Amino acid sequence: MDFSLTAEHEMTQKMVRDFAQKEVAPIIREWDRKQEMAPEILPRMAELGILGICLPVRYGGQGMDFISLGLACEELEAVDSTLRVTMSVHVGLSSLTLLQWGTEAQKEEFLIPLAKGEKIGCGAFSEPGVGSDVANIQTTAKLDGSDYVLNGEKMWISLASKADYALLTARTDFEPERPTDALSCFIVDLKSKGVSTGDIKGKLGVRAGSTGWISLQDVRVPKESLVGEAGEGFKITMSGFDSGRYTVAAGATGLIRACVEASVAYANERKTFGRSIADYQLVQAKIARMAQDYEIARLLYLKVGWLKNQAVRNTLETSMAKQFATDASFAAASDAIAVHGGYGYSDEYPVERYLRNSRGAMIYEGTNEIHSLIQAGYALGTRKDRPLRREMPAYEEDLWHSN
Amino acid sequence: MNIVVCVKQTTDTAATLSVVDGEASYGDAALVLNPWDEYAVEQALLTKEAEGGKVTALCLGPDSAEDALKQALAMGCDEAVLILDAVFESADTLVVSRALAAGIEKLDPPELVFFGKSAVDSDTGVMGPQVARRLGWPSLNLVAAIPELDASAKTITVERLLEEGRQIVSGRLPAVVSVVKEINEPRYPSFMGIRKASKAEIPRWSAADVGLSGQIQPALSWPEILAPEKSEAVCELIEGGDASEIARKLVDRLVEEKVI
Ligand SMILES: Cc1cc2nc3c(=O)[nH]c(=O)nc-3n(C[C@H](O)[C@H](O)[C@H](O)COP(=O)(O)OP(=O)(O)OC[C@H]3O[C@@H](n4cnc5c(N)ncnc54)[C@H](O)[C@@H]3O)c2cc1C
Ligand SMILES: Cc1cc2nc3c(=O)[nH]c(=O)nc-3n(C[C@H](O)[C@H](O)[C@H](O)COP(=O)(O)OP(=O)(O)OC[C@H]3O[C@@H](n4cnc5c(N)ncnc54)[C@H](O)[C@@H]3O)c2cc1C
Repeated sequence: MDFSLTAEHEMTQKMVRDFAQKEVAPIIREWDRKQEMAPEILPRMAELGILGICLPVRYGGQGMDFISLGLACEELEAVDSTLRVTMSVHVGLSSLTLLQWGTEAQKEEFLIPLAKGEKIGCGAFSEPGVGSDVANIQTTAKLDGSDYVLNGEKMWISLASKADYALLTARTDFEPERPTDALSCFIVDLKSKGVSTGDIKGKLGVRAGSTGWISLQDVRVPKESLVGEAGEGFKITMSGFDSGRYTVAAGATGLIRACVEASVAYANERKTFGRSIADYQLVQAKIARMAQDYEIARLLYLKVGWLKNQAVRNTLETSMAKQFATDASFAAASDAIAVHGGYGYSDEYPVERYLRNSRGAMIYEGTNEIHSLIQAGYALGTRKDRPLRREMPAYEEDLWHSN
Repeated sequence: MNIVVCVKQTTDTAATLSVVDGEASYGDAALVLNPWDEYAVEQALLTKEAEGGKVTALCLGPDSAEDALKQALAMGCDEAVLILDAVFESADTLVVSRALAAGIEKLDPPELVFFGKSAVDSDTGVMGPQVARRLGWPSLNLVAAIPELDASAKTITVERLLEEGRQIVSGRLPAVVSVVKEINEPRYPSFMGIRKASKAEIPRWSAADVGLSGQIQPALSWPEILAPEKSEAVCELIEGGDASEIARKLVDRLVEEKVI
């Protein structure tokens, strides 16, 4: 067993860290206050190749592996969750889903511009009335000649107002044998007639990002927009989550690290009763807990990255990593505020932003309650992985690096 | 145009120096490409992009220094060479500059050799000029801009950043140029560069390989390194009804402390 990172991983980590720390950290508070995404962020992430980090070179990506994706997410969320959310939906939910399930023609048309960062992608599953219960999705797609006609509303969609394409799940079978057979996935150009989008304001966290809605009114998309086969939408959506949740887990790990770093710096600087607060064991206990959680979360996500590199199914491990890291990041942020005392409660210090941002990740990509159900299902034997018609390919240098 | 950029591996700027058993120690601080050298690498790459040719990164250092060279390769350098030999363990600047000059003479003859302004750890700032002297080439240091470079006429004009302002200096190629951070904004390595760098086999040259033999004696040694005593500052607020009362109390305190 080898726990060491390769030179490639270390350089990736440093490069993404330098970008996030130098270019985003100095401006993030201002944009968080404005509740807007800084306009230069997506173009810059595209230019640096971060938006296509783990996609094969021949599909416009950078050819790095899944561990690199995780390391990048850790570095991004150590500065702000909104940077990592971009990775979750652009790389995780849309690009990697196309890599796994898309036809060559779809990869040509949609994946290449996504991997190059020329276009931005999002994943549109949740609706005003449906979140956890994916099989109950109400948006409809009806075949009409050579087009599907989409109608419905998607809600809580990250990057809704910034994205060019959405990987979108809709109902295509109205009398299905099993509820999960009712759904199909589509790759939808959000510039199509009948699509409107907007951002939600007044969110608790991820305020420097975009979370919004997509409304679809008689939107015609060509039949070729169907991703996978009709009726495969539930499976495809779930396998998309295997990618997206990994990025959430790795990102939340970065958030824990940011809490440790902020708390250590502050504890060494602040004095009460004539002594540094770092001398007090109650403060130390909080910092020790964060440091331990960081290490656990990191081990969990890196193991998932390793499984993904080998193309071993990782739904359970990914679920555990996501739930553990996001719960721990919320606890760490709360403790970091405790360490900072009153100052932790104002945006003079970053820890209040960490707390607000961390809470969202316990809800999206499967609420942590749903993750408990998933893990219990595996433990009790009521849930088993079945082979998929299309598995995510293993990270093989030939496949990833050839032109 | 052949271009060489000399780079050193140092601790990052956040590292703190302490003295452990009479030796200077940065503890287990992360080692990076000397931050000033990122500007030298960037300038070498910009020059290559404008003039064509190749950039070779050259470093004298221990095993671990290979990572600094990999960083330079990931940024876009074409080749890298590590000069590594046990005889360089207690090298001073005179030894290092001899070895670097000898290494440069073994490479395809360059037109330009770039250096950073200084290394953030030992920070003597003399390496560029010393290497220039050994090669017998013009030394252009504190360079903040290169407004003119003519490969065919073999001339270069630079702006040197001085406290009083900028000084324009022209010289002939080949030349040694040490750059300051005002000269450019270093790029991040690309993923393509990272993949290439991580697979690169970096040649290692010994002292003998660069033609240095016999005793390589440093002129300087530092038999003992002492850390200055930490001075504890205590803040005391002197209060009083009005300015003259405060002043009187202050004088009393200063006399008491034998300051005046
Ligand atoms: C910041 C943010 C970004 C988001 N980005 C996206 C995105 O990009 N794309 C997208 O499609 N969606 C996105 N979402 C939506 C998110 O995935 C859903 O909010 C989430 O799946 C929960 O669905 P819901 O809000 O409908 O809650 P519900 O499903 O209504 O759940 C309400 C509560 O009931 C609990 N619950 C529900 N069912 C069970 C059960 N069987 N057992 C136990 N407890 C249960 C839940 O855990 C939760 O606590 C985002 C949400 C947020 C907040
Ligand atoms: C605590 C300590 C104190 C020291 N004090 C002295 C001293 O007082 N005098 C002395 O002569 N030596 C001293 N040394 C040894 C010193 O580290 C080496 O001689 C060193 O290479 C000298 O250059 P510099 O690091 O000061 O480089 P600088 O002259 O500050 O660096 C200028 C540029 O030269 C290049 N460069 C420097 N070193 C290398 C290298 N090895 N390979 C490639 N490029 C390089 C880089 O581009 C750098 O930006 C000391 C070492 C230690 C650990």
